Amino acid sequence: MTAVDWQNLVQGIPSLLRGLLVNLEILFGLIALGFAVGILIALIQVYSPRPLSALAVGYEWFFRGVPEMVLLMLIYFGLRQFRVGITPFIAAVIALGLRSSAYQSQIFRGAIQAVGRRQMMAALSVGMTRLQAIRHVILPQALRLSIPPWSNEFSSVLKDTTLASAIGVIEVFKKARFIMGRNYALALPIFMVVALFFLFLTYAGNWALGALERRYRIPGFEAKGAGERF
Amino acid sequence: MALLVVEDLHKRYGKEEVLRGVSFVLERGETKVIIGPSGTGKSTLLRCINRLTEPDRGRIWLNGVEVTSPRTNIYKIRAQIGFVFQDFNLFTHLTALDNVRLGLIRVKGMGKREATERAMRELERVGLGDKADAYPAQLSGGQQQRVSIARALAMDPKLILFDEPTSALDPELIGEVLQVMIELAEGGMTMLVVTHEMGFARSVADEIIFMEKGVIVEQGPPEVLFTNPRVPRTAEFLRKITEFYGESG
Ligand SMILES: Nc1ncnc2c1ncn2[C@@H]1O[C@H](COP(=O)(O)OP(=O)(O)OP(=O)(O)O)[C@@H](O)[C@H]1O
Ligand SMILES: [Mg+2]
Repeated sequence: MTAVDWQNLVQGIPSLLRGLLVNLEILFGLIALGFAVGILIALIQVYSPRPLSALAVGYEWFFRGVPEMVLLMLIYFGLRQFRVGITPFIAAVIALGLRSSAYQSQIFRGAIQAVGRRQMMAALSVGMTRLQAIRHVILPQALRLSIPPWSNEFSSVLKDTTLASAIGVIEVFKKARFIMGRNYALALPIFMVVALFFLFLTYAGNWALGALERRYRIPGFEAKGAGERF
Repeated sequence: MALLVVEDLHKRYGKEEVLRGVSFVLERGETKVIIGPSGTGKSTLLRCINRLTEPDRGRIWLNGVEVTSPRTNIYKIRAQIGFVFQDFNLFTHLTALDNVRLGLIRVKGMGKREATERAMRELERVGLGDKADAYPAQLSGGQQQRVSIARALAMDPKLILFDEPTSALDPELIGEVLQVMIELAEGGMTMLVVTHEMGFARSVADEIIFMEKGVIVEQGPPEVLFTNPRVPRTAEFLRKITEFYGESG
């Protein structure tokens, strides 16, 4: 690399970081959406009667079955049919969020089932309603159990935010390509920088989730492992 | 008026008829013990009484209120019926204190201070005042079961249902749980207890109900059932479990 290349690379970094900020915004949006919808779908699958729970299973099948790139196109162009003014950013959050909700629902469903019916029965036996039992007994335990598998999903959706470039969101991947387009000598180094960004974010995210897990670990469980108490 | 009236209770799971017409009454302050072979429907019966399981047919009254009526607020009923499970079923993520407090706060709508005081009193009553901050996984089986009794007691139940409260416990821990139950019975609590602790049944129960294959075969005071049962099958069963479990407890 020449001195000019180096200079271009360094000059490109602030622009890359602004792009990365967009990835983070997509990330938070899609995780929030995926979390809320994912829990809802999991609760419906576990606790709802047949027709509704079958619908939830169908939902999960759809959003896990369609390739992400195709989903992005479907949502972006699909929504634009009805509502002008939907931005690529919003479309990306919705598409990636709904896709993630299907995966997250699997995590939560497994965790809710691992908590077990007996906890629900004990909660009902003191006079709580189902919703109270879910809110105060089932979810606090299920969410704890969800953290390790959820950190996988986190790493995966973090990387998926770059797919938003396919529908025109100007995020880090797109910015890197702009920079590369102006100076092809930077092709390899610029993507190495992008790779480093993501490695760092994955590390930081998993570290935070690990801290969360330790923070909410239930005393007395350490030696016995997660899951059922017995 | 009896505190609990159970009339012609039926329940089937698929093809299997688990309860086939069970009727009995429980007077205020009475302790009745239910015995019977495995798979006879004892647990199902208890769960039907507070409708954790919906019975198919039959009626139940608690204190004159029909539990089985669709118009009854079942949550109100459940709050008045304590349930002690075979495997404790404490809320795993909560301390002993919070286990006892949760129902007070969420169901009874009690303030935190008042609920804490009440919960502490119940923990002390079962001898666990010093374990308020322990989590279930940090307690022995016997201690967990006593916390679960405190959890039931805190709600001021009119009746407590016990489903084999000592059968998941190591022998040396059974006594401490039975001791709490004996004190409750002596204090006038109304209790319906599924157990094979014959020592407890003999000394505490006002009546023993012998169930088999979904029906009550015979019921009566322990003296009568042990010495002079009407049905030969009762004598045979009592002899078997006394040999198996012994007289202790
Ligand atoms: N949720 C359920 N679904 C299907 N079958 C069930 C269910 N609960 C109980 N049963 C069946 O009902 C029958 C009675 O069960 P129950 O647990 O009431 O017996 P039990 O008298 O308490 O036995 P044990 O002494 O072993 O506890 C059993 O054959 C059991 O398999
Ligand atoms: Mg049973």
